[in-house]
Amino acid sequence: MAESSKSVIKVIRCIVCPTGCSIKVIGKDKKNVTFEGYTCNRGLEYAEQEFHEPKRILTTTMKVENGTLPLIPVRTDKPLLKDKLTDALKIIAQRQIKAPIKMGDVLIENILDLGVNVIASRDLIKV
Amino acid sequence: MKTYSADVVVVGAGAAGLAAAIEVKKADLSALIIERDKELGGITLQCIHNGFGLKEFKEELTGPEYAQRFINEVKDSKIPYLLDTMVIEITKDKKVYAVNNKEGLIEIQAKAIILAMGCRERTRGAINIPGFRPAGIYTAGQAQRFVNVEGYLPGNIYVILGSGDIGMIMARRLTWEGCEVKAVVEILPYVSGLLRNQVQCLEDYDIPLITGYTVTKIHGKDRVQGVTISKVDRNFDRIIGSEKFIECDTLLLSVGLIPENELTLNAGAEISKNGGPIIDNNLETTIGGIFACGNVLQVHDLVDLVSAEAKRAGINAVDYIEKRYGKEELSKNKIKCTAGENVNYVKPDFINKKDLSQDIIFAFRVNYPDRRVQIQLKDEHNNVIYKRKKVYVIPSEMIELTINFEKLEKKPESDNIIVEVIPRPEVLIEEDEEL
Repeated sequence: MAESSKSVIKVIRCIVCPTGCSIKVIGKDKKNVTFEGYTCNRGLEYAEQEFHEPKRILTTTMKVENGTLPLIPVRTDKPLLKDKLTDALKIIAQRQIKAPIKMGDVLIENILDLGVNVIASRDLIKV
Repeated sequence: MKTYSADVVVVGAGAAGLAAAIEVKKADLSALIIERDKELGGITLQCIHNGFGLKEFKEELTGPEYAQRFINEVKDSKIPYLLDTMVIEITKDKKVYAVNNKEGLIEIQAKAIILAMGCRERTRGAINIPGFRPAGIYTAGQAQRFVNVEGYLPGNIYVILGSGDIGMIMARRLTWEGCEVKAVVEILPYVSGLLRNQVQCLEDYDIPLITGYTVTKIHGKDRVQGVTISKVDRNFDRIIGSEKFIECDTLLLSVGLIPENELTLNAGAEISKNGGPIIDNNLETTIGGIFACGNVLQVHDLVDLVSAEAKRAGINAVDYIEKRYGKEELSKNKIKCTAGENVNYVKPDFINKKDLSQDIIFAFRVNYPDRRVQIQLKDEHNNVIYKRKKVYVIPSEMIELTINFEKLEKKPESDNIIVEVIPRPEVLIEEDEEL
């Protein structure tokens, strides 16, 4: 196969360390790619993950009834697929939870059937 | 007036104060924490994003989770604390005066004091943006508290000035809450915060980052209606003719943090160039028995480093009470630490000569980014006593070095050592050096 049919599909900026290498994703299609420009293995792993299946921990707040504060900070207990973040945020925004709450309490189980729970980031006592 | 006493009074119950008090308690001395907010935890409570705790707990936590772990430890070890209580004065003989709603004015006699008041945000006044005073201008941390703790959105369409971490994290946070962030504007030619935040908070959501520009006018009389941004030259003076108008209803300022040192100054401790108190290698201020740690001493990038510094302050306060309390003044036999080329400030400001056999922890920041540098310590006669390579330095990353002078081959031959970040000598003579 001629080299000319391959091209840079995407440039990923590595966030593993402050060096911030620009890693080029090179290939014909999304399935057959190689990575260039990384300077360590952690960078390569990051680029592979970020290209094929980018994920993020989601951190937001949820409404609280009867708490000493009107909101409780929450996070997902595992990283969530990046393109599901908006849907997850919409679900969390609609829910309301009752105080008292303990850090680590599961507030939404298995959100969007992704195998990820939304958990409380802190304790919150009742008024 | 109600009076209390404690071995160590800790002013502030944020990441620094909590960690310091725990160390005091571990040594079986009494600590009393005084906090002006209604709960323990400090600013990390409003930093609901993750990325905390990788050094301290070897796992990635959110700000509130990080704070909760320390709060739990304080409560479990029954360390007393006063909430909703404002310290108004600290004296040289270590009396602390505070006020609250229940008891009015109170006096606490301490043997040692740990300053852990944190820092405050620079405001519009600090950067002189002309225009009226409409509603809709907030500091980024203030907006963060509204959105994450109190449940209010300060506006709908935003421009954020300053690409520090708080500014970029707020850009993503507001986007997630359904707001529009038109741009993050940065006066410097490069991003001030971490690359991670640039990628995950701005680039992930296609939020434009405009470097080399600043806000030069705020439009609107009752409510912000937009801002004018202008390109700046190397002296940060605006370039006439480069103005652009951006429509928005809210301007967030993320333009730097200043250690909060009114109490420190009032007590008579000396302040250094970075805005924090002058300290020796034991984090002791120029008043014996008064220690400083966390963002009141120097603004840190990572809360983990705040906790580590605060633990040292706690341990050193205990050591002071056990060995030096009531006996002597601060040692006069000192080596001064000075910021040299491409170094903005250095902590500590002084090293006690009697402590030279111990590990000395240096912390400093550079003035401008550079690659492939050499970090070095030298004496006044240009004898380099320590050097180390580093691939990349940037002002937003605090650099820490642990040095034991007894283990160094060369000893300083002056009572002043200079910390420098210079291009590596071999890099200077290389050809075609690419940046």
